[in-house]
Order: sequence, then C-alpha cells, then structure tokens
Amino acid sequence: MSYAAIGAGLAVIGAGIGIGQIGGKAMEAIARQPEAVGDIRAGMILTAALVEGAALVAMVFAFFVQAKG
Amino acid sequence: MISIRKFCILLVFSALSLTGLAQHGHENHPQEQAGEAAHPGGQTQDHPAAAATAEHPEGEHSPCGHSLSAEHEFNAGENAIHHIADANAIHLLGNAYFHLPCILYAPSQGWTFTKTSAFDAHHHGNGTKSHEGYVLVHANIMRLQNPALHSGELPVEDYMEAEEEGADGKPRTVFYALINGQCEPLDAKSTLDGGIMGGGITSFYDFSITRNVFTMLLTVILLFLVFRAAAKASVAREGQAPKGLQNFIEPFVTFIRDEVAKPNIGPKYEKYMPFLLSVFFFILGLNLIGQIPFFPGSANVTGNLSITLTLAVLTFLITNLTANRHYWAHTLWMPGVPAVLKIIIITPIEVLGLILKPFTLMLRLFANITAGHMVILSFVSLIFIFGDAGQSLNGSIAGIAASVPLTLFMMTLELLVAFLQAFIFTMLSAVYFGAAVEEPHHH
Repeated sequence: MSYAAIGAGLAVIGAGIGIGQIGGKAMEAIARQPEAVGDIRAGMILTAALVEGAALVAMVFAFFVQAKG
Repeated sequence: MISIRKFCILLVFSALSLTGLAQHGHENHPQEQAGEAAHPGGQTQDHPAAAATAEHPEGEHSPCGHSLSAEHEFNAGENAIHHIADANAIHLLGNAYFHLPCILYAPSQGWTFTKTSAFDAHHHGNGTKSHEGYVLVHANIMRLQNPALHSGELPVEDYMEAEEEGADGKPRTVFYALINGQCEPLDAKSTLDGGIMGGGITSFYDFSITRNVFTMLLTVILLFLVFRAAAKASVAREGQAPKGLQNFIEPFVTFIRDEVAKPNIGPKYEKYMPFLLSVFFFILGLNLIGQIPFFPGSANVTGNLSITLTLAVLTFLITNLTANRHYWAHTLWMPGVPAVLKIIIITPIEVLGLILKPFTLMLRLFANITAGHMVILSFVSLIFIFGDAGQSLNGSIAGIAASVPLTLFMMTLELLVAFLQAFIFTMLSAVYFGAAVEEPHHH
C-alpha cells in the first residue's frame, strides 16, 4: 500500500461530500420550485462536474506519484 | 448517480489492492518494492539468468524472465488494463484476429508497411514470427534490438517478461523474444510522455492503424452516413414533420442549441455550433460503440488520454483564440482588485485556470469511461477469480451468478454515463466559450 492510494481515497471522499451536497440541495430546490427543474438540473450537473474535476486532478497526481515510485 | 460511480471506483480500487495484498502473501521471498505487489510473478533481479534458474529449476521460467505464454496465476488488475489498452490487432475469438495495417518507422531502417497477420499471432496475441525485426507481443508491436535480426522472417519460440532496473534506477518491465534459444531484448514503441508514464523515445515509431484508430474511423464514417441522411431529409422536408433518422437526430441537435449553446454562450452562439455538435456526437458515438463488448466495438477510444487530450486542446484553442478583450482583461488584470493582490494571487490563479480547465476536461472524460470499463472487467474477472482461473467449475458457476447481474447493472449505468459525459464535455466547452465572448456589463 502506498500514500498515493490514501491520497486518491481522500480526494474521492472530498468529491463525494461535495457532490452529495450539490445533489441534496438540488433535490430541495426542485421540491420548492418544481417549475425550475431544467435550470436546476443543468446547474447541478455543471457544479458536480467542477467538483469532480478537482478530485480528478488529485487522483492523477496520486497516480503520477505511484508511477514515479 | 455520479456518487454511485465514485463508490464503485473506490470499491474496485480497494478490491484490486486486496488481491494485490493476497498475492503478496503467497510469495515466500520478500519483495523489495511495496508497489511490486500487483505483479506476483515479476521479481527484481540484478542477474536474471542466475537468479531465475536457481529459483525455478523446473523450466517454467527461462533464463531471461518468465514466459508470457505459460499459464500463470490470474491477475484481475493486469487483465483489466490489458483489455482497455490500445492494441495493434483486434482479438475476435480464440486464436482469430482482425488484422490491421502496420505503419512502422525506425530511423535506422526506414519505413515498414505490413499487416499484423505477418506476425501469425496465436494465444494472447503473441506472434510466432518476426517481420523485418518487428514482433507482436500481447497484440502490441515491439522491435528486436539486435540489428542482425532486422531482415526477413524468423520463427519466435516464446516471449519473456522481466523486471529490471532502468538507467534512472527505477524498476521497469522489459520484454525478450526467444529466437533459436537466444534471449533477444525488445524495444517498445516510442511514446511522447516525457518518461512520466514509463515510456520515452525508443528505436522505432508506430503510426499504425491500431484498434482505437480503426474504431474511431468506423465511428466517423457511421456518423457521416447518419448525418448526411438526416441533413438531406431535413432539407427535403422543410416545414413538414421530421421522418426516419432525422426524427432521431433532430431532438439532439435542438437540445444542444437551445439548452447548451444559447444559454451559456449568448447571442454569438452560432459560431460555436459546428464544434459543439461535432464534439458531442463524436464523443457520444465513441462512448456507445465502446460499450459493445465484441468486434466492431471493444475499443476504449474515449478512455484513451491522447484522444481526450486532443479534444480538450481544441476547446482550449477555440476559447483563447476567439476570446475578446474583456476576457483577457479579467484574466490578466482583474479590475477592482488592489494591484498587490492581482500580482500575488489573482493573475497566477487565472493563468493556471486557463490550463486547468481543459486539463480537467481531458481527465473527466478519460477517467469516467476508463473507470466504467475497469469496473465491468473486474466484475467479469470474478468468474476467473471464483473459478480459480478455470480450475474449478463450481467456482466459476458461482462467479457467473455474481458477475452477470453486476455487469448488467454497470453496463446500464455506463449507458447513462456515455450520454452524460458527452453532454458534460459539450456543456463545459460552451461555458468556457461563453466566458470568452461575454460582453462587459455596464453598471
């Protein structure tokens, strides 16, 4: 086992919390204003993608650390 | 849905590391590197010949490493990576291959044009003949280092793999071909990764139509035919209800225009529509064809970093070449912020952001598609893990019972991801274009 794997895991935990927050809040928003579902869904996917991007950068760094040994 | 994927990726990573640990336990001799645990057979040897013959006198291991054709312990991680990687030939069934053209260039030898059938591939995609110094190892072309073997066709008895220390002191995998009982070292093809992923410039370059290139060309031809039919119908039936293929394509096109381009780019959206539509349908087509587990599909094109890199670089170029003065002013010299803060924080971050945006675009597509395929391959590997690599029939039946529903579930999820990732790539490209052409607000 290596530190890189732990780092990748931590990054995924962070992204999981972030995307969970986005999804939960979006559900709340849709429940409040069902007529705005299209806008909310687009914003939700966009923000989730951005959060995911940060996690991916962390995972790639972890991967490089692993490859560099 | 995205968090489910993350969870699955996490599961697979932990499963892979567990199998690695289990195999580590099997080995009696201590490994030198912790990272070596994933390669149960590979030993770090200073003197391969002496060490291998001393430890394995029964003949399964030859003087220059362990044989690639010998049956060894099943390794789920290696197997998955082998199947999602690019290759020079497409494996159909058993020993049958779909042969692809090879275009090879070695500075010392010039161009070589051939087909993968010249290597007479058998089990595991290992060729039994060399062709002008080139051989086929695991369906990938490699070149013999020995210049005496660079002409004609020679029978190759077997291929060997060994862990050796490279020039920089890092362990790396080297391959050998067994010709006339002699171990001949092999060169892998040149890769332009600057050594980050363990590649580098070697003695030859591979410009072949590989599995990925073949599938990409196939998809492009398919898309061309579909869109020509749809466009023709749309022109011929103007003002009437859509018909046939046009009926299928039009909702996608209007969706990209009305939901992606217009709200994110603004009034100048028309200039960007050709790129957005091309990139959406290209990614979608490749994602869907990559889902087919057998011949015309089976290539993991959007899960290849080179492809996603090219797409992301296109977005980067279009963003920055069409950007207006307002965008550059906000990137390089943010108005309304103290000058010290601009120099220390804002400008460096904004400039870094210019590169990070396409970088995450590249990685998001690559990671999502590759992770999905890895999960499916790990589930399929359950059959071989439970069945002890074909030793136990009862085990493999249990493996199938576990594997089929899980694989079905993942494939359905991947169908969603195929659309979602094509949409997200297009959407984010549109957002970046929108930021580049936004007009200043007058307060």
